[in-house]
Amino acid sequence: MKMLSDYIKSLAMLELLKGLRVTGSYMFKKKFTVQYPEEKAPISPRFRGLHALRRYENGEERCIACKLCEATCPAAAITIEVSPPLPDGSRRTSRYDIDLFKCIFCGYCQEACPVDAIVETPIYEYHFENRTDAVMTKEKLLEHGDKHEPALAACIQADGKYR
Amino acid sequence: MDSLIALWEWLGTNLIVLQILIKIVVIVAPLMLCVAYFTYAERKLIGYMQVRIGPNRVGPKGWLQPIADAVKLMFKEIVIPTKANKTLFLIAPLLTLGPALAAWAVFPFSDGLVLADLNAGLLYILALTSVGVYGVIIAGWASNSKYAFLGAMRSAAQIVAYEIAMGFALVGVLVAAGSLNLGEIVRAQQSDAGIFGWFWLPLFPLFLIYFISGVAETNRAPFDVAEGESEIVAGFHVEYSGMPFAVFFLGEYANMILISALTALLFMGGWLSPLPASWVDGVFLLGDGIHWLFLKTAFAGFFFLWFRATFPRYRYDQIMRLGWKVFIPITIVWILVVGLMVVYKFAWFS
Repeated sequence: MKMLSDYIKSLAMLELLKGLRVTGSYMFKKKFTVQYPEEKAPISPRFRGLHALRRYENGEERCIACKLCEATCPAAAITIEVSPPLPDGSRRTSRYDIDLFKCIFCGYCQEACPVDAIVETPIYEYHFENRTDAVMTKEKLLEHGDKHEPALAACIQADGKYR
Repeated sequence: MDSLIALWEWLGTNLIVLQILIKIVVIVAPLMLCVAYFTYAERKLIGYMQVRIGPNRVGPKGWLQPIADAVKLMFKEIVIPTKANKTLFLIAPLLTLGPALAAWAVFPFSDGLVLADLNAGLLYILALTSVGVYGVIIAGWASNSKYAFLGAMRSAAQIVAYEIAMGFALVGVLVAAGSLNLGEIVRAQQSDAGIFGWFWLPLFPLFLIYFISGVAETNRAPFDVAEGESEIVAGFHVEYSGMPFAVFFLGEYANMILISALTALLFMGGWLSPLPASWVDGVFLLGDGIHWLFLKTAFAGFFFLWFRATFPRYRYDQIMRLGWKVFIPITIVWILVVGLMVVYKFAWFS
């Protein structure tokens, strides 16, 4: 009896019709597509995009060349050289390179940084035209940080209470 | 207008070849356009069923997408594999597309609107749709690639299996209509019952089997083992690129439209109106006409796309089981039933 009813069910293609009904109903659902260049998906304040080096409000570089980021970087993408102490006795870097081909955007550098100097910005739309451009030098990092400082401060503000 | 008609008649008596050529262009050109926009409809529809919106960048709402695709394929390099049989390699795509277009010669678009009113029209269609498999087999053989060859073997076995079920389903239509002429088959479906007078109702199992076999015959999902991406890359057309690939693509979609149109013609009353003739006689667009054929073809074509969006690919042995052990027995039994209905002049056949 069971066999007979199974047989009739498979001949009537009930399961197939159920499947068709599912796809048929999905056809009329609201679409999820985000029309990218015009629309953008919302991103978290913790988003890890292109790196930047930040400054204090008086324009002084935050980075103190402690090399914690270099040490923690799992991809060994960061190269730091320390300059001789400045006249006021502060430590500064003479070279701060991030190789974006090596970088895996894990965010450990900004976690390690004691002075919130190196950060990953919410910027994810960028490109290079030469392979050498993939190395973010200190100048480029600082420039990038200056450009996006308000956005960075807002991100840190939004995320700060959870840290 | 009068001079145009006069010119047309003059062509008919003096330059009949030119007249026929013009008729062929009038059929094939819109058909190619339909094929192009069928690909667009497919991408859009499957997108919608996957809660996406599909192509929408080229032109308003993406309407120029098929044109862009065609232009891209035309400019691509035609790669011919080393040690491939060059002649066969290039003939194969034409062998798939050619029959799919040639079959339209006997296709009645409306009462009397047919290029060649062949009395053995159904036989001609059956013959031509079977020739299509040679394109696939030759492509697989000439490519000199194991994936292409495996795809061709699968496709050959599958098409042979479903050809029989398809042929038997057509025998049912033949018995019911009492003619091989496609126009006569549609006229046999004319009755005062409108949609209920068409053959889909008395021949319901054959209708389903014909359509499903048609899906298998055109190597479409869920019967697309011939190109089964996950196992054999793209099957018989792995080695093709550029224009030859485009021709394969056109052939596949032209075949789909052909099967849809034939389903509309043989089982869904072709150009007949679904409303009883006595109600709608003379009413604008509701009476019989070519637009009903287009609507029915589009309806059947929609199912091709819906199937593709819904069903996962059949396992190869399941395909063979379905073709040989399910469809063929059902069709044979139903031919007998149709025969009895015709002999005893049951409802539809009185």
